[in-house]
Amino acid sequence: MTDDFTITPEVLPFGSDGVIVRFAREPCPEAMAAVQSLTADIKRNPPIGVIEVAPALVTVLLRFDAKQTERAILSRNLLILSRSIAAKPRPMPEPARRWTIPATFGGANGPQLDEVAALLGCKSEEAVRQLCESELRVLAIGFTPGQPYIGLLPEAWNLPRMAALNHAVPAGAILVAVRQITMYSATGITGWRHVGCSGFRSFLPGRTPATLLRQGDVIRYRPVSTSELSGLTEAADGLCGARLELLR
Amino acid sequence: MTGLQILRVDGLLTVQDLGRPGHLAEGISCGGAMDRLALIDAAALLSSDTILPAIEMAGAGGVFSVTQPMRIALTGAAMTAALDGSPIAWHGVHLVQPGQKLRIGGTQTGVYGYMTPAGGLQTMVWLDSQATHLSIDVGGPLANGETLLCGPDPAPERPARIINASHRFAGGTVRVMDGPQTSLFDDHVLSTFYKTTFTRAPRGNRQGVQLDAKQRFTSSHASSLASDLIGPGDLQMTGDGLPYVLMAECQTMGGYPRIGTVIAADLPIIAQAAPGTLVRFQRLPVEKADALHWNVPCLLRAAATMCRDMIRDPRTIADLLSYQLISGVSRGDELEDVSLPVKGSTKAYPLRSGETIC
Repeated sequence: MTDDFTITPEVLPFGSDGVIVRFAREPCPEAMAAVQSLTADIKRNPPIGVIEVAPALVTVLLRFDAKQTERAILSRNLLILSRSIAAKPRPMPEPARRWTIPATFGGANGPQLDEVAALLGCKSEEAVRQLCESELRVLAIGFTPGQPYIGLLPEAWNLPRMAALNHAVPAGAILVAVRQITMYSATGITGWRHVGCSGFRSFLPGRTPATLLRQGDVIRYRPVSTSELSGLTEAADGLCGARLELLR
Repeated sequence: MTGLQILRVDGLLTVQDLGRPGHLAEGISCGGAMDRLALIDAAALLSSDTILPAIEMAGAGGVFSVTQPMRIALTGAAMTAALDGSPIAWHGVHLVQPGQKLRIGGTQTGVYGYMTPAGGLQTMVWLDSQATHLSIDVGGPLANGETLLCGPDPAPERPARIINASHRFAGGTVRVMDGPQTSLFDDHVLSTFYKTTFTRAPRGNRQGVQLDAKQRFTSSHASSLASDLIGPGDLQMTGDGLPYVLMAECQTMGGYPRIGTVIAADLPIIAQAAPGTLVRFQRLPVEKADALHWNVPCLLRAAATMCRDMIRDPRTIADLLSYQLISGVSRGDELEDVSLPVKGSTKAYPLRSGETIC
C-alpha cells in the first residue's frame, strides 16, 4: 500500500432496494483492501435494515428493507464509515478460514503456464512457486455461483485478459489475469490464461453447502503431480483432497 | 395429494416462484419468474395471501390434466386456452376436473404465460425456493409425461374469477432509475438514450433481453472498469453500445457499464416484450423510484381489488338447464356460481394505475 494514494468512496443507488459503496472505479489494491475492511465492519455491526451484504472487488452492495430504514439514512451512515476506512487504511482483516487445495500446473492441465512464465520473465517452476507461495485471499465471489476472484499476485502478474474470448476451459481450471486467480466449477469460455487444474468444485448445486468458498478465505495451492491429482478420488463432495482449517 | 399431469409440452416450461434472494455473496442470482406480476395476479385470483409456485410457459403451453378437482389460475401473457375444447378466459381461474384436458396454446401478445394450481406445486426446494434456475442447472425444463405433485385445492367450490391485469404485454414506456454507473455516461448520451425508441431484438432468454436501435450508447470509461455486482433490471451497455437488460437469471458480476436500472414494477414490461415490440425509457429520480418500491403484500392487496367473479354468457354454458337458476327468494347479495348478466347491472372496475404506493 502506497502512502501517497488516497481513495474516494462514493455511495450510489443500486435498484429499488440497494446501495453500493464504491471505493474506486478501476481495480486497485487499496480499494480491494478497503472492501475487505468495510465488509468485516458491516458483518460485525450490521446497520439497521440491511438484509444482504455482498462484496465485489472494489465495491460492496447492501440491500435494505425499506420498512426498517431509508436509502438516505443508510447512504449517509455508509459514507461516514467508508470515508473513515479510506482515510486510515488498515491491513487485510485477519482470515477466519484457510483452504489448502491440491493442484497441478502446466502441461495438459495448464497449457498456458509457459506463456505466462514468459510474460513474467521467469521459468515455469518459478511461476508455480509464486502461485503457491503468495499470500492469497478470496477477494470476492461471483459471476457464476461460488466462483472466486483470488488475489493479489505480485505486481508482475498484472497481465491483461486475452483479446480473444473464445478460449474454452474445463471444470476445475485455474486461470490467471490482472494479478488475480479464478477457478471454474464448470466448463466455460474465458479470456483468462489457463495455468493449472484442481478437482476442487466451489459450486455443486446438489451439495450442502452448495458453495464452499467465502470472501476473505485464505487460499493455498499444494502442487501435486498429475497422477497424484487423478489419484485423489473425484468424490461427490467436490473437495478432491482440499482441506479447510478454521483459524479463529 | 393431487397430481398435475403434463400430457404434452409445447413451449419452454419451468417451475418458478419469486426466486432465492440473499445469495449474491455466494454468486447465486435470485432467479424466479420473469413476470412477477403474473404470480401476484394468480395469488389474487386464488385468494392466497402467499405467492404460489407456478409453471412459467415461454411462447406456448401444452396439454394438462389433474387427478383431483383443482382450480388453476392462468396469468401473464394471454395464451389460447381451452378446457375439453371449450375456450376459457385468460387472466382467470378455472376449475379443472379429473378426466378433463386443459389445452394451452401459443401466446397472443407477450412472451411468458403462467399456470398456477390452487393447491400449490410441491416440487424440489433448493435454498428455500422451488424456482428452476436454468443457467446454473438447478431444476430443468418440464417434459412430456411428467406428473407434478400438488397440495389439495383448499376451496375447489369457489367460482371462476377473472382479473383486470395491468397493461404490460405490448411494450410501451419503462421507468428507469439511475444506477452506480450512470455518471460514466456523458449527458448527451443520456439525453439521446431517453429520447430513443428501442425494438426488442430476437436475442433474449431468462438471463437477459437485447434491445436494438439505430443509435449507439457508449461510455469512454468502459474498458478499464473493475467487474462489479449487477442485478435484474440493469441496462448493461455491451461492447456494441446497445442495451442488454439483465433479467431474473443474470450473472452476479459483470464488467460492462450500466446506464441505469429498470424499476422492479416495470421489469415485467421488458420480460413480456416479444421480439419486434417497441419500448422507450423514462428517467425517474431515485426518490420517485423509491416511492414505487416493490412490495409484494401491497401489490397483492391491489391485485385483489382487480378480481371479480366471472359473469358467464348463458349461450356458452352447454349444460345450462342443469343449473338451478331460480331457487326461491334471494336477498340478492349472495355470491353465486353463475350470475346471469342483467342489463344495467354492469359494475365498473377501476383500472390499475400501475403505481402502487403503500
